[in-house]
Amino acid sequence: MSMILDLISQGAQMLLVLLLAPLLTGFVRKVKARLLRRQGPPLTQPYRDLVRLMRKDVVLADNASWLFRVIPYIIFAGTWVAASLVPTFGSGLLFSWSADLIAIIALLGSARFFLALAGMDVGTAFGGIGSSREVMIASLAEPAILITVFAVAMIAGSTQLSTVAEFMGSSAVGLRVSLGMALVALIIVAIAENGRIPVDNPATHLELTMVHEAMVLEYSGRHLALIDLSSQLKLLLYISLIACIFIPWGAAAPEAGLQSLAIGAVAYVAKLAACCVALAVFETSIAKMRVFRIPEFLGAALMLALLATLLRFVSGSL
Amino acid sequence: MIVPALACVALLLALSPLAIALAAQPRGSAVVYGTSLAANLALCTIALIDLLDPGRPTFSLVLPIGLPWLGAHLRIDALSAFFLAVVNFGGAAASLFGLGYGRHEEQPGRVLPFYPAYLAAMNIVVMADDAFTFLVAWEFMSLASWALVVSHHREVENVRAGYVYLLMASFGTLALLLAFGMLAGAGGQYDFAAIRAAHPAAPLAGAVLLLALLGAGSKAGLVPLHAWLPLAHPAAPSHVSGLMSGVMTKVAVYGFVRIVFDLLGSPEWWWSIVVLAFAGPSATLGVLYALMQCDIKRVLAYSTIENIGIIFVGLGLALAFKAEAMDWVAALAFTAALLHVLNHAAFKSLLFFGAGCVLNATGERDMEKLGGLIHRMPQTAAAVLIGCVAISALPPFNGFVSEWLTFQAILLSPQLPSWGLKLIIPAVGGLLALAAALAAACFVKLYGISFLGRARTAAASEAREVDAFSLAALFALAAFCLVAGILPGLFIDALAPVAKAMVGNSMPQQAGLQWLTIVPIAESRSSYNGLLLFAFVLLSGSIAALAIHRLASDRLRRAPAWDCGFPDPNPAIQYTASSFSQPIRRVFGSTIFAAREIGEMPPPGSGAPARFVVDIHDPIWEMLYAPIGKVIGFATERVNVLQFLTIRRYLTLVFVALIVLLVVLAL
Repeated sequence: MSMILDLISQGAQMLLVLLLAPLLTGFVRKVKARLLRRQGPPLTQPYRDLVRLMRKDVVLADNASWLFRVIPYIIFAGTWVAASLVPTFGSGLLFSWSADLIAIIALLGSARFFLALAGMDVGTAFGGIGSSREVMIASLAEPAILITVFAVAMIAGSTQLSTVAEFMGSSAVGLRVSLGMALVALIIVAIAENGRIPVDNPATHLELTMVHEAMVLEYSGRHLALIDLSSQLKLLLYISLIACIFIPWGAAAPEAGLQSLAIGAVAYVAKLAACCVALAVFETSIAKMRVFRIPEFLGAALMLALLATLLRFVSGSL
Repeated sequence: MIVPALACVALLLALSPLAIALAAQPRGSAVVYGTSLAANLALCTIALIDLLDPGRPTFSLVLPIGLPWLGAHLRIDALSAFFLAVVNFGGAAASLFGLGYGRHEEQPGRVLPFYPAYLAAMNIVVMADDAFTFLVAWEFMSLASWALVVSHHREVENVRAGYVYLLMASFGTLALLLAFGMLAGAGGQYDFAAIRAAHPAAPLAGAVLLLALLGAGSKAGLVPLHAWLPLAHPAAPSHVSGLMSGVMTKVAVYGFVRIVFDLLGSPEWWWSIVVLAFAGPSATLGVLYALMQCDIKRVLAYSTIENIGIIFVGLGLALAFKAEAMDWVAALAFTAALLHVLNHAAFKSLLFFGAGCVLNATGERDMEKLGGLIHRMPQTAAAVLIGCVAISALPPFNGFVSEWLTFQAILLSPQLPSWGLKLIIPAVGGLLALAAALAAACFVKLYGISFLGRARTAAASEAREVDAFSLAALFALAAFCLVAGILPGLFIDALAPVAKAMVGNSMPQQAGLQWLTIVPIAESRSSYNGLLLFAFVLLSGSIAALAIHRLASDRLRRAPAWDCGFPDPNPAIQYTASSFSQPIRRVFGSTIFAAREIGEMPPPGSGAPARFVVDIHDPIWEMLYAPIGKVIGFATERVNVLQFLTIRRYLTLVFVALIVLLVVLAL
């Protein structure tokens, strides 16, 4: 019986992240628009865009290979699986043991690897520029998040995300300098990985500033819909990750009753909304960086993460 | 089962002189590679039987050859059996690939005789049980591979590569010779059993560790002893390149493990600091060097340095934990290193063979002249893609598993008491994470530039798919990369006797766990299930494809590329290998390689083309090797005068030498 309940919980989580992801992006856009005193598109606009794209024909470049057609599905599947392994409203996930935090990050790494390949498949100048910049950003962001994970895992004594979330929710954590550093590092990486301002502008089609958009320039129709959905899932994943590690309050414990699940769900939605508002305010108040300022921005994250890990090595209580 | 194993090695040795005659025959190369393949498969089977035997047997034999009072001691224990399996697994793949690839060899007489000899030498090294046999086989291995490196001797680059290789190989053997000399002690006990029984004193053991690190590390390609590797590995024919990078570097790892973990006795805490100080920078610098290259085989050779760095990080951690008597973590780190040995042998061979296929089909190794091969060589492209994903340590392939295990060992290291380790291990962890991310960038570049996009030259646009034997080797290795990635528990369990013998403990049994998960320490701490992850990704990808095709649209139209409205039919508009790595070169290379970009614009009115030059320096060559070379050159120049003296002066010299000797004796 409990197995079935767990299975349902896991399935519900997979559906939840899939359905919630476009809404989250819509919400960020709406808040940004309101901050600029615009009306902004309705919250459901991302859903409509996805449906519209899925119904359209795919227009494939003459030179595109089979890999180009498979990659959107690989990216989507990888991101979806990764997103559904991050605890949302409750930490008891049936399959959470199949991949720990390092594996989740590596799964996102796989998705990015293929996206960068897709940018190079058609053989256009813009695809190349996007891929080349993406791997540069990734080469700094990935170690930064891995080392952040090291710091968190050493404090929690586990890389298993459910265990980490439970530990962070307990009173054993206390206030630690290293956790503060890890939080800042994780936020910087999340901004870079999701292609938000100041690293990349998700709304741009200005040639020389594109990174993500340049890689997916040749995609259309359902392929583009999948890639858009994947990046929306990725935003949800990172916000959930930050929430479950650093704002663990309210999340339902494993084997919890319906009531605490409901509390967990409400708390989760509140956390998402708060993070989205913060993201929108941050994005509105800052300008996009030049490409070669990004390494300094990410380098700061890398240094903070290393410092956090080092502190953990030096002292058990910092 | 040492006698059948030796019979196979003898077959390989006998094949070597026969191959001289066979080389002239039209089917000669097929006979040589076919026989090698059979011998490799037999040896691999024998090794696996020995490794998986629950009785943990060791077989030994003394042959009456070699030094008269010593004989040739040979022995197969768990460690030898594992490395025997790796050597012959790689060897079998190379022989299978050679069946197809070898047909295109222009001068088979320069490759065929040395190939089986090289395989035999590597087998003898891992079976040797006394210092003399070990060193002779080691040197034999170096010389055979040297002959293969210079097999295309008309190219100036290859001759230079051979020269540097020969020098570095001699240096490595010299270091090992000294190490064994110290181990043998004044009594001259050269067989390993006697060395194992008599542990050397602490300062002596430290010196042996350093010498073993220099000797084995120079063969494996640890920075800064790697200088020969990116020259020599690419120069050999591609299946031999695969063997050198995938297998011979592992024989070097074997040498290090045998000396340090087995013969030296219990380690001291500072040993691991020395090992980690070499290993961490090797991992990051290796892949940074790889990113700066445009030659496919050279990229692969530099990436070998990175992977050797990862292996040595695992070994260094194992040493640290073993020294602090935390043998269960030592087992984890050691198993991670050995698993990476196996994994790297698989994907590096695969990638070198893929490079060989490209070389055969287009005649080019330079990525700038390739492109679009996925259309012309779809099967090669598919197999190489798997290799690229695996080597970038991405799930669900095998490279990820061994790096994941290494990370798990790093996460347990705050428990180590010594301060030196507390400071160096986070740094090494950071370097390893950086190396993993840069490796992904490196292989996006390798695959994207050479296989994707549009053909940059006529040679690339007229490439043909390669023969069935080559493809069989590629796909066998690709399948191995996937299987080892989704069922890592099987391989971890197979490594248990090796870890037990070397660090005194083994990782917990993985076979009985639910859903074939791997759990290195405890389930609450960390677990990974590649099979489930792979199934999930496959399932959700298929569901998405099916749902969208059924419910939304499955129509597809072909049209010219969009490219923001500026499509250009000229393939030169694409990103090139050097432009792809430009951002990374600017971020990392400007400090490490002193990389500069120089744009030379012609004066106004001049019709000369503008030029853009990238200026890169190799810091290790310029700061370490070049000065040493200069000193040696200067000294030899001075001493060279002695060659042109008159007879009177020579007689005077002899007389003076005699007087000096007598004086010394008298004092």
